[in-house]
Amino acid sequence: MEIEEADIIVMWGSNARNAHPIFFHHALRGVANGAHMWSVDPRRTGTAKFADHWLGLNVGTDIGLAHGVAREIISAGLTDDEFIANATTGYEEFVAFVEPWTLEHTSVVTGVPVEAIRDLAHAYATADKAQICWTLGITEHHTGVDNVQSLCNLSLLTGHVGRWGSGLVPLRGQNNVQGGGDMGALPNKLAGFQDVEDDDVRAKFEAAWDCTIAPTNGWNLTQMFEAMGRDELKAVYCIGENPVDSEADASHARAMLERLDMLVVQDVFMTRTAEMADVVFPAALGWAESDGTATNSERRVQRIRAAVPPPGEARQEVGIINDLAAAMGDGEWGQPTPEELWEELRTVSPMHGGMSWDRLEAEGGIQWPCPTDDHPGSPFLHGRLWERPAQGRLAPFSCVEDRPPLDVLTDEFPLRLTTVRALDSYNTGVQTEHFASPIRTGEALSISTADAADLGVADGERVTVSSRRGSITMAIEVEEHLAVGLCHTTFHFPETTDINQITSDAVDPKSGTAEFKAAAIRIDRLPAVVGGPVPAGSSA
Amino acid sequence: MPDLHFGATDEATEAEQAAVAEAIAGFGAVTIRESERLVHAGRTRTRERRHLLLPALHALQRAAGWISPGGLDHACAELEVPPAEAYGVATFYHLFTHEPPSATDTVHVCDDVACRLFGAVGLIDDLRTEGHHVKASPCLGQCERGPAVMVQRTGAPDLTVTATADGAGYGTVAPTEVLVAIADATSTPSVELPQAGDRGLRLLARVGVVDPTSLEDYRAHGGYRALEASLAMGGDQVIAEITASGLSGRGGAAFPTGVKWRGVAEQEGRPRHLVCNADESEPGTFKDRVVMEGDPFSLVEAMTVAGLAIGAEQGWLYIRGEYPVATGRLVHAISEAYAAGLLGADVAGSGVRFDLTLRSGAGAYICGEETALFNSIEGFRGEPRNKPPFPTTHGLFGEPTAINNVETLVNVLRVVLMGGEAYAADGTERSPGTKLFCLSGRVNRPGTYEVEFGATLRDLIDLAGGVPDGRELRTVMLGGAAGNFVGPDSLDMPLTLEDTRAAGASLGSGVIMVFDEDDDMVDTVRRIAEFFRDESCGQCVPCRVGTVRQEEVLVRLGRGSTIDDERVLLDDLAAVMKDASICGLGQTASGAVRSAIELGLLAAAVTEADKGSTR
Repeated sequence: MEIEEADIIVMWGSNARNAHPIFFHHALRGVANGAHMWSVDPRRTGTAKFADHWLGLNVGTDIGLAHGVAREIISAGLTDDEFIANATTGYEEFVAFVEPWTLEHTSVVTGVPVEAIRDLAHAYATADKAQICWTLGITEHHTGVDNVQSLCNLSLLTGHVGRWGSGLVPLRGQNNVQGGGDMGALPNKLAGFQDVEDDDVRAKFEAAWDCTIAPTNGWNLTQMFEAMGRDELKAVYCIGENPVDSEADASHARAMLERLDMLVVQDVFMTRTAEMADVVFPAALGWAESDGTATNSERRVQRIRAAVPPPGEARQEVGIINDLAAAMGDGEWGQPTPEELWEELRTVSPMHGGMSWDRLEAEGGIQWPCPTDDHPGSPFLHGRLWERPAQGRLAPFSCVEDRPPLDVLTDEFPLRLTTVRALDSYNTGVQTEHFASPIRTGEALSISTADAADLGVADGERVTVSSRRGSITMAIEVEEHLAVGLCHTTFHFPETTDINQITSDAVDPKSGTAEFKAAAIRIDRLPAVVGGPVPAGSSA
Repeated sequence: MPDLHFGATDEATEAEQAAVAEAIAGFGAVTIRESERLVHAGRTRTRERRHLLLPALHALQRAAGWISPGGLDHACAELEVPPAEAYGVATFYHLFTHEPPSATDTVHVCDDVACRLFGAVGLIDDLRTEGHHVKASPCLGQCERGPAVMVQRTGAPDLTVTATADGAGYGTVAPTEVLVAIADATSTPSVELPQAGDRGLRLLARVGVVDPTSLEDYRAHGGYRALEASLAMGGDQVIAEITASGLSGRGGAAFPTGVKWRGVAEQEGRPRHLVCNADESEPGTFKDRVVMEGDPFSLVEAMTVAGLAIGAEQGWLYIRGEYPVATGRLVHAISEAYAAGLLGADVAGSGVRFDLTLRSGAGAYICGEETALFNSIEGFRGEPRNKPPFPTTHGLFGEPTAINNVETLVNVLRVVLMGGEAYAADGTERSPGTKLFCLSGRVNRPGTYEVEFGATLRDLIDLAGGVPDGRELRTVMLGGAAGNFVGPDSLDMPLTLEDTRAAGASLGSGVIMVFDEDDDMVDTVRRIAEFFRDESCGQCVPCRVGTVRQEEVLVRLGRGSTIDDERVLLDDLAAVMKDASICGLGQTASGAVRSAIELGLLAAAVTEADKGSTR
């Protein structure tokens, strides 16, 4: 793991301590090796507590902070001018664009003290090896893609990309999220991130698979729900996803799914989405019950092996899909082994071309791209930017606007809610609710001491929490040192506390990702209950 | 782990919080809450403060009389130490308690080898009858006036009080006199140096002569001339003189001091440390205490000379927690030296920095082992490290460190003042200089004695007034519990490094404990075995298990089993502990037992026991 050799680690909108504990263990090893860790987050998270410096910015002001850091790097003369000249485009325009983002202005917008912005800029720019790691604190905003690009700007200014130990690190949520994308489970890509709308690419896949592929991009998840609303999408085959619980504005999502003519769910557990389905396919677990490969956050493809047979009627997912194809009239798919499927992939996905099944076995994992049999794999990407002259498309600076969250704060909804994650639970709890945890305390809305005093609510008191979408009842947890006006809660227990009833329905049009990190809410006390207060927390 | 907790439901009391704050003052808590939007913390700050854990634990113990869960939680939060780890550290030491105290004072009574000859067990019983909270303790380092008593107090400094006025042991005075001494809340003064006034004294020359609390008086008696001389000659020359003097370590291992210092001085460019090992815990040893109580400035000066010579900016004086009087005097001496500009950023106007920090141990024999001592200072369990790497390159905080015993260091002053060659004129060719010996047990005038190397065991015992009338010397424990027993046929052995080594014995820490024909040697040797079992840190298996098995054998011997029954097991245990333990504790834990067997000390006593059992 490169992170173990970094000098500066910036965890920006990532609570990896809770959400990516295995990665965080490597980050801590980096810290033990002498790296300095910075945390940029509205809350002083578990991750932030391990950091040398925590910068508490206002929710949704990441672009502003990044611009302020960028301007300071530029005005202090800390840019890597040779790299910028050789490998980037749009620098002059970018310099002019961030000019208004003085330290003082940035501080006013973000709430972060001037000296902290300056120190971060200098530490990042002068480090030999620096990494910015982010997660959903960056992407779950209506400006998610812009947020990412504003961080990319920082790496381009300083040359902290395409070199061992330096880089941009978007952390993945599951062991094989990367693998899903690699295999083409995206509306606009075929396997190996090849564009659907590229005629040559499509021709290659059509020849290999003897079929016709629709020439235009499909819908992303948000667009699919919109299409359901227009009755354009009538049937859904949902594999390993629980949108009833995981979508923002959950009652809307449920209403959309109810409009479908046909809903097929394939999952390892009977989720709330599965309960709505016309047909449910019980599936084997991706690990422990399946053979194949998984691709982790660092693009390393690894073999996984079944340890036990799946229980009951659960079956291998490949088998389910192929039998379904046969039932639909295409019996040619047969019952290929994982190895046969992998070898087929290699013929159509150049970045996997050199990763034979035998090599994966022998080398214990290879990082893509690995185009040929003698290629060692790629520990990091974008090394081409350091070649003289830089190879391929030059990296553009992005002049992205700082735009606050769409669910604006008003007198009616004066508090900012952001959703967060606990160490021992995963998302809607499908994979984690079945085991007990000594540190699981159920859902509670954390609010600042000052807000609790203003509202006259006590720790543990149950209250009504409302947004422009809906209203739920949950317990309050008063948190010392939480920023005034900020609230947070996990969303791991939708069956008892359905947070997504109140989360924002704003979406980043570029990524289709909902703005889970910034809803505007109001807290109201419940009418007095005879017999004393209701106990805090809800059972999980 | 900054977000884990000990699980305490009670909060730290205000007294506990204040105590921790005072203990870590100067460094402060790990987390700095600059504002509600900017907080500094992190690994660097955590690392820099970890060594404050032991002082914080002392502060909690002193404030509340125990390490309460709430107090420990608070210290962990301030220093960001994982609570499980801090609990592991707190429970490592004898002097920390983990139950709410039943009394404000805990009376520690030494029932170790020397003190049990002088009524320690009876004193413990009587004090308990009187309602005191009493703990039987391993050697408290006051063997010349046993049974030794240390009173550990809540909210006040500890005391050492003596239970016997005339060296005859407990039972010769009424128990109430002990209680009066405890109630007085003042430590009993040390017994007078038996050789007081002897012009041949070198290391002890000022003890009992100089006012130990006065820098001025120390200077009037020649103090700080060695520092002056060392600054004039420069560090390189100081090391050359130390090398020429042939001075070797007095802690037991006799490593050449000049070689050690040269090794550290050569680590130029890295931060270096000087550590004084004042964790004098070998049963029967009390010589360093006498020096520290009677002439504390000499140690401060010697550490300054040593620190400057090896290029260390930081010195650490690690003293055992059972020495409250010596600790108090050294703390005072250090602060006086700082006030006089003899420590700190500009030592005696030289422009060179040398800081000196005193750290108290908390009752753990193993912390006298040098690498265990480092771990203890650093705030970890006092478990020895594997060697190599050696302290000269990887010592305290992983940095080059010279670690020397108190007696070794005070010799440095003489070497610097008179030159290495002149120093070497004392003693023998291979053991130059003088040596401090701790005479205890069945001698008329127990105490610390200084003689030139070359004096025989008989010379020393005669110096101490010989064995009391009507008693017959049976055996001598030489070098401490980690040393050996020798018989009357060894009385003419010169006590030099070379002669003792040739005889298969060791000078160790200079212990000469005399036993007579009436002393119960099975009980004595069993107590030694118990000592090692109790003090084994448990880190490595041969020692952890071996010391338990060895004690079991000794207990069986006391109950009628014979040496012949047990010899094979004892030999196996001795071999495996010697070969496979990582530190000296396990390696020497069988030495005294084996020598006792060879001398027939146990066989004879068993016969007595057999008689008893058939009666």
